[in-house]
Amino acid sequence: MPASSTTPSERPVPRPRRRFHLATLRPWLLPVGILLAWELAARAGWLSTRILPEPLSVLRAFWTLSASGEMAQHVATSTGRAFTGLAIGGTLGLALGLLTGSLRAAEALLDSTLQMVRNIPPLALIPLVILWFGIDEAAKLFLVAFGVFFPVYLNTFHGIRAVDPALIEMARSYGLSGWALYRQVILPGALPSILVGLRFALGLMWVLLIVAETISAQAGIGYLTMNAREFLQTDVVLVGILLYALLGKLADVLARALERWGLRWHPGYQPAP
Amino acid sequence: MHSLELEAARFHGAAAPWRPPLVAAPAPLRRDAAGEPARGMALALQGVAKAFAGRPVLHDLDLAVRPGEFVALVGRSGCGKSTLLRLLAGLEAPSAGRIALDGRDGDDAATRRAALRVMFQDARLLPWRRVLDNVALGLPGADARERAREALAQVGLAERAADWPAVLSGGQRQRVALARALVHAPRLLLLDEPLGALDALTRIEMQRLIERLWQRHGFTALLVTHDVGEAVALAERVLLIEDGRIGLDERLRLARPRSRGDAACAALEERILRRVLRQPEGRPASPPPGSRPAHALRWAL
Repeated sequence: MPASSTTPSERPVPRPRRRFHLATLRPWLLPVGILLAWELAARAGWLSTRILPEPLSVLRAFWTLSASGEMAQHVATSTGRAFTGLAIGGTLGLALGLLTGSLRAAEALLDSTLQMVRNIPPLALIPLVILWFGIDEAAKLFLVAFGVFFPVYLNTFHGIRAVDPALIEMARSYGLSGWALYRQVILPGALPSILVGLRFALGLMWVLLIVAETISAQAGIGYLTMNAREFLQTDVVLVGILLYALLGKLADVLARALERWGLRWHPGYQPAP
Repeated sequence: MHSLELEAARFHGAAAPWRPPLVAAPAPLRRDAAGEPARGMALALQGVAKAFAGRPVLHDLDLAVRPGEFVALVGRSGCGKSTLLRLLAGLEAPSAGRIALDGRDGDDAATRRAALRVMFQDARLLPWRRVLDNVALGLPGADARERAREALAQVGLAERAADWPAVLSGGQRQRVALARALVHAPRLLLLDEPLGALDALTRIEMQRLIERLWQRHGFTALLVTHDVGEAVALAERVLLIEDGRIGLDERLRLARPRSRGDAACAALEERILRRVLRQPEGRPASPPPGSRPAHALRWAL
């Protein structure tokens, strides 16, 4: 910038602001570039609509579905299934984790069995699940609950065991014992680990739900997608994928909010300044 | 109005103006949870021994501590002084012998809990509770928070009551731990090298604080320390634990407040240190720098 003879108050300040804008746009260059290339390829006919429809038609399908209320219905059904499965599997995992973490007798009895069962991939159970529960809601809930149980159980167990014994000794010397000790020292000490387990579970439940919904469904995002595949509506299929991605992101935001609330005191979890 | 003022007004019929007394009224006598006046506890150990997995740490100890006495336990690392403290605190059980607190057998957990408090080498504050809630740990009664606030004010941290422990410095955390111990009005305070992890200046301030609070409340204090200077600055009686037995039991006749540079203090410190290091008379226990190569020095770490 050439030297000017104007006083500081008259001198304009354009350059730094422009640089600031460019820097924030950089992460978006690649996705926008891909979208543009995709749109161009679809328009030019290089990409068949059956394989990959253009982004605009995906948006159009999104709009049509939400306007008709169909999307809300399917999203509600899927979300309901996912969170019910989480509630069942998560509560069971939490309860058993607290039990085996706190009582050595329970650990000796239950832990090795649970570790053996843990190694069974939930998706390999699908044929068995169909035989046991048929193809209605119970089957899907069982799969989600089964998959969600193990991260919550393991992290709760580890969390209880990893509570600083020095703090427990100090609390005992101050007259805390039994339930008061548990509530004031052991549970808060295990909370960071439990929240990690919950975060895993929140991510995992969507994956399991997607597969569970392909078994057979009357409603839900999986049903929407399967139906669209039957009718070669690839744009609706993409809408379904987009919905799963959005819901997964929301679940992660929920997990982060829980962490922020439950771990305000932890120096490792402070929000970046 | 002050209670004395009311009394004076009643006596003189509000005509005579009340003048505050020239001597400050003593601090009110603190009472603990049982309503007993919170003064010192007497200790009596008879034939106490402790072994860990067959390895003996303490042999046949006999000790009597008067109520309100400030005793320092010094010795080399691994001599058993912390073990002795933990036996008194009830954190370990003796392999043999009797420990009597105030004449009563100390095996009763409730007796111990009500009357003694321990201060550890690290502050051991609950990180998920704010400072005030940490000080109020285990405190019964509806006025727990008020008493916790008072205790924090005594250690000079009243304005940090709403902070998380993670943002405090090491010295501040130990002060909170001290407040937490004192808010229960203990009659016996056991200090297990509480100032070992602090820097030198904070250590001096904390020593003065502990001395002040001991003089005010009158509890029996037992301080385990590897620093003979600290023992001489604070205690009335120094016990040396050597090979699991009491090697030295010295009563210090020094006036308070004690200053480290004082000739009597320095001489006493030198003598005790020589005894701890088992060095003969005539040679200074702390040689001037550069006088001896490192491998020829005896280390008391």
